[in-house]
Amino acid sequence: MDFGLSEEQTLLQDSVNRYLDENSSLDHVRGYVEAPDSDVWSGLVELGVPGILVTEANGGLSMTALDAAIVAEALGSHTAPAPFLGSAVMAPVALQAAGKNPEDLLGAIVAGEQRVGIAVGETIATRADAGITSSGDSLSGKALFVLDHGADAYLVADTTRSLFLVKADAKGLSNQHLTTIDRTRRTGELVFDNVAAERISDDPTVLQKTLNFGRVMLAADTLGAAQNMLDQAVAYAKEREQFNRPIGSFQAVKHMCAEMAADLEPCRALIWFAAHSLDELPEEATLNACHAKAHLAEVGKKVAKTATEVHGGMGFTDLLGLHYWFKRIGFNRQLLGGPEQVREEAARLQDLVA
Amino acid sequence: MDLSYGPDYETFREEVRSFIADHRDQAPKGAGQRAPETLAWQKLLIEHGYAARTIPKEYGGYGAEPDILKTRIIAEEFARGKVPSGLGGQGISMLVPTLLEMGSEAQKEQFIRPTLQGEMVWCQGYSEPGAGSDLASLRTSAVLDGDEWVINGQKIWTSTAQIADWIFCLVRTEPEAPKHQGISFLLFRMDTPGIEIRPLVDMTGVANFNETFFTDVRVPKEQIVGARGQGWMVANSILGNERDSLGNPDVALARLTSLTELMKQETVNGQRAIDNPVLRDRLMQIQARVMALRCNDLRVLSAKLNNADAKLARMIVKLQGTELRHELEGLAIDAMGELGLAYDDNPYLRDHGSWQAQYMFYLGLIIGGGTSQIQKNIISERGLGMPKEPKFEKGQLTFATAKS
Repeated sequence: MDFGLSEEQTLLQDSVNRYLDENSSLDHVRGYVEAPDSDVWSGLVELGVPGILVTEANGGLSMTALDAAIVAEALGSHTAPAPFLGSAVMAPVALQAAGKNPEDLLGAIVAGEQRVGIAVGETIATRADAGITSSGDSLSGKALFVLDHGADAYLVADTTRSLFLVKADAKGLSNQHLTTIDRTRRTGELVFDNVAAERISDDPTVLQKTLNFGRVMLAADTLGAAQNMLDQAVAYAKEREQFNRPIGSFQAVKHMCAEMAADLEPCRALIWFAAHSLDELPEEATLNACHAKAHLAEVGKKVAKTATEVHGGMGFTDLLGLHYWFKRIGFNRQLLGGPEQVREEAARLQDLVA
Repeated sequence: MDLSYGPDYETFREEVRSFIADHRDQAPKGAGQRAPETLAWQKLLIEHGYAARTIPKEYGGYGAEPDILKTRIIAEEFARGKVPSGLGGQGISMLVPTLLEMGSEAQKEQFIRPTLQGEMVWCQGYSEPGAGSDLASLRTSAVLDGDEWVINGQKIWTSTAQIADWIFCLVRTEPEAPKHQGISFLLFRMDTPGIEIRPLVDMTGVANFNETFFTDVRVPKEQIVGARGQGWMVANSILGNERDSLGNPDVALARLTSLTELMKQETVNGQRAIDNPVLRDRLMQIQARVMALRCNDLRVLSAKLNNADAKLARMIVKLQGTELRHELEGLAIDAMGELGLAYDDNPYLRDHGSWQAQYMFYLGLIIGGGTSQIQKNIISERGLGMPKEPKFEKGQLTFATAKS
């Protein structure tokens, strides 16, 4: 019995955090927002991050989902602009679950030579007439809020939950950037007009597994972002003085911080467990992923609001930059299913929906 | 991450299971705390190491080395087997560990064995009408008169006072000392002349607690644990034990299962409560919180196994556990609507009224054992290192930062 991180995992956590402290500072994030170009990913590639979930046979490191969640948490903590979710998590999980590796795409991902964006959102919630239909191996329709817009290829799901791989320069594929509140992530719209695609899998469990991993990593990202906001709020409350006292000595303020900590601390154990179950407890992995995603969405929202309030007027300014974390948490909440929708899925999994 | 207990522990689990299967007939069924079958069951459990497991043999325990996983397996298997586990109560859970730590040899020999066997029942005399969250401001006094303490004052929230043989009690013995250094920890019989017990009916309609009055109660001088003025230190180690025992997430999980069953059965306008999407969503929110607290519990357990301090993960348990249970029980009432109002002899009562009773009782637990607000002070000051409340000293506000 050992419910926690191993020594190796703590070292991984330290090294990724150290790298991001130096290379994904708030100044760097601000620069990325002005001109979306970042070398954070190439550094993470050197650390081996895109190979975490790739098997050794496919040129990766054969590490665990919990290792990946540790990285996701560090990325959220630094609001790092990196295409981790698509290229390091969802694409490798989908390809390997399907037993596919066209043109050694996995090797190219591990080497940092290829990035794969993700266009599966319409299998969870279809809005604004979006959705992809397939005819043979040809795709038509549109996908919204595609993750890592500007990637070299896209993992695309159609309305029957089959998965395809499409090259970014494929004929008939057009795209445009979609601005969201969270400028640390690149999202876009893809429009398909009879685009030739490579069929990856018709097995809905492959898509489900891919979504499970994606949801747990988004939840871990929120954990990191929320923890950082709480840490900033506590530090600010200890320093800032009003009425000749640090504001952190007022119970009104310190109880806000205690409530954030009390809500957030169990989330850490929940993320560890949900990530662990992705590898080791497949029969409950989907339910745990749903609960991790929805619960972190709720706690993250509360922490994002409260931590901003602790900072008073400064929290509302661009100068302090707290809003980058606020918006990152907001993005994670809606992507791959908002909390109400994911909870309904959790209820359905337990036969609680008539 | 390793969620298995390992083969040695699974062997131990099998032993516990076969014990339960073999002795199930002897388990007391709803008998009182002092019933012969209850005491016989307790004796049997101690003999096999399923109660008083780590208490030394010389004081009437089983004498095993502390092993957190074995303790947990015993609890899990007794819960699974639906047989009563060993006796609890404030004497066994709070006084015995304190005596082992702080008591004199004579006190250990006199009190521990009969307490463990359920023959000596205790109550706790801490809180006073004027000393709740600020417990250290307590005013019940004990003055030495020859070889006896003479006690005057009043305690409140003394559960089991009406059946207790003895009380462990905080009293002020050094009125001139700073408030934390003027308290002593006394033990005395509840049939000592001068003690009056008045039942305190709470919002559930039951007298779960009492008020206890002391008028010139005379107690032998040697019935003190630790030295004069050390009582606060003694009491603090006990309060830690009490907080750890509130908000057990495994019990919350069992209640969640019952709540789900209730929501599948109760109907409004012919629609099952579970088919109402708003109620269903609330159920799923609570399920996620129960899951998170169970994971947190395993994390704390692991830290204990590694002799590490789980810090925040431990500090938040009482606050989160009690607030969650209050909401969980409250959802059952909302799911039942008007039926959720039923109480006592109402023929429409569901599950013997447990939802209503627990909903109210957990509000009591949110307040008792250190209120949620006190918990937030502890979390922010000791967990997050935030400044303590300013104190007035010599007409000036002073600030101190708690050690984390």
